[in-house]
Amino acid sequence: MLKVDKLNAWYGRSHVVQDVSFEVAPSEIVTLLGRNGAGKSTTIRSIMGLVAKRTGSVIFGTGEVLAAPSWKRFEAGLAYVPEHRSIVPGLTVLENLRLGLIASPLKRNEHAIIDEIAETFPRLKQRLSQEAVTLSGGEQQMLAIARAVASKPAMILLDEPSEGIMPVLVDEMFEYFDRLRGQGTTILLIEQNVEIALRISDRAYILDQGAIVHQGSARDLLADREIQERYCSV
Amino acid sequence: MTEIPFDLIALQVLTGLALGCIYVLVATGLTLIFGLLNIVNFAHGAFYAAGAYLGVFAFTYTGNFWLSLVAVPFGMALIGLPTERFLLRPVYGRDPSYPLLLTFGLGYVIVELIRIAFGTDGIPFNAPAALKGSLFFGDIAFPRYRLFVMAFTAALLAGLWFLIEKTSFGLIIRAGARNPEIVSVLGVDTSRVWMLIFALGTAVAGVAGFLAAPMRGVIPEMGVTVLIEAFVITVVGGMGSLPGAVIAGLSMGVVVSLTSYFAADYSNVVMFAIMAAVLLVRPQGLLGRPEFAR
Repeated sequence: MLKVDKLNAWYGRSHVVQDVSFEVAPSEIVTLLGRNGAGKSTTIRSIMGLVAKRTGSVIFGTGEVLAAPSWKRFEAGLAYVPEHRSIVPGLTVLENLRLGLIASPLKRNEHAIIDEIAETFPRLKQRLSQEAVTLSGGEQQMLAIARAVASKPAMILLDEPSEGIMPVLVDEMFEYFDRLRGQGTTILLIEQNVEIALRISDRAYILDQGAIVHQGSARDLLADREIQERYCSV
Repeated sequence: MTEIPFDLIALQVLTGLALGCIYVLVATGLTLIFGLLNIVNFAHGAFYAAGAYLGVFAFTYTGNFWLSLVAVPFGMALIGLPTERFLLRPVYGRDPSYPLLLTFGLGYVIVELIRIAFGTDGIPFNAPAALKGSLFFGDIAFPRYRLFVMAFTAALLAGLWFLIEKTSFGLIIRAGARNPEIVSVLGVDTSRVWMLIFALGTAVAGVAGFLAAPMRGVIPEMGVTVLIEAFVITVVGGMGSLPGAVIAGLSMGVVVSLTSYFAADYSNVVMFAIMAAVLLVRPQGLLGRPEFAR
């Protein structure tokens, strides 16, 4: 589904992502682990075309996408939920959701899709006409996820979805990711919350100082306390 | 002190509102472009002048004011599109001084081109026959053309409001002003949106110039003062805020008009005094977002 080969990315002079290569198969959940500043977010942002200086290859589906402008990934079916949610201030919850469909051919069924989302995320349903920034952190994250899945993408990249959210909501959210995968959506996840991420993942890669230092099945990594201590403890 | 007749004040207020409409239109384009492209467009005054000349030019050929009024925004948009695409787009993401110097220089080039094409002297331009004369409100005679300018501006603003608040394109505009990255991740080619917004801003500036032609005259430098006035209005209304530009533009028009009647010496200064006062109390302007108050 997604094949990243020798990805390199720079912020100014600092070489943040160094020769990163990994793959995600269809309907897999793969997690990128690593400390803060290991280059996980930059890896994902480069895949999305949001880092100006980037080299290497990113094949999504059947086509090379790395050099294309960010908006082109959407029509290929690649969605992204950034860290810190990117809820648009000044817009209502409903308008934020509509934004998720604005460039999609599904826009014609906007009402049906928004009804469907409201059933999946009952917390949003009651707040559709409310300004989105008045939602709690967890609700904003749900909204960001709902907005990203509205267009029914084939794959979704999630950057730290559990950050700053009540544990009970985190569980709810990860159950939802598992269901999404069940419906055939491929997921690439970045998480600080190693345990909960590995429990729903198939595989994981560990990044350190911009490079992949370890990879393995989620089950093996979950059992390997030493690796977790060395690369993921804060 | 002599008694000030009510009808004179009313006339001054209405004149001020018509003047304010021109301010509002110029400031609207300026604030749209600033809000989305993050560019302070110093060529905006030149686009205003270009619109007036384009309208006068169209009028001499067609002899039809209404046709010219329709031709101006389309012609100006055709100038705005390549300006954004080939001049501004290469400097996005650079230091703000790049677009500032670029638009400043572009303004000079446009004014010079107007001088070459139409000469340095002004061109007389009168309101169309249908809008000549006055309407009477009781004892007060008010020029028809100014009333038309007010009605036209109101209609144009209503259209703009509908576009921004009620359409999908408007949703992209509102979201793009706050968070362009997420709009692009959600599949929208934002560079195309920026180009259209710039063209829209130029078109509105051009229409303002043409509407102002019978009231303020047509000379190549007509955009210089109006640009400064429009800047004052966007700052007072709040950078990037359209409702702010409308409120500030109309009130400034009235204030300037009343000042020029009661204390003509101060009519050039009053705007800046008000701006200074507003900035002391509310650095972000009347309806501006605090993040612009740096």
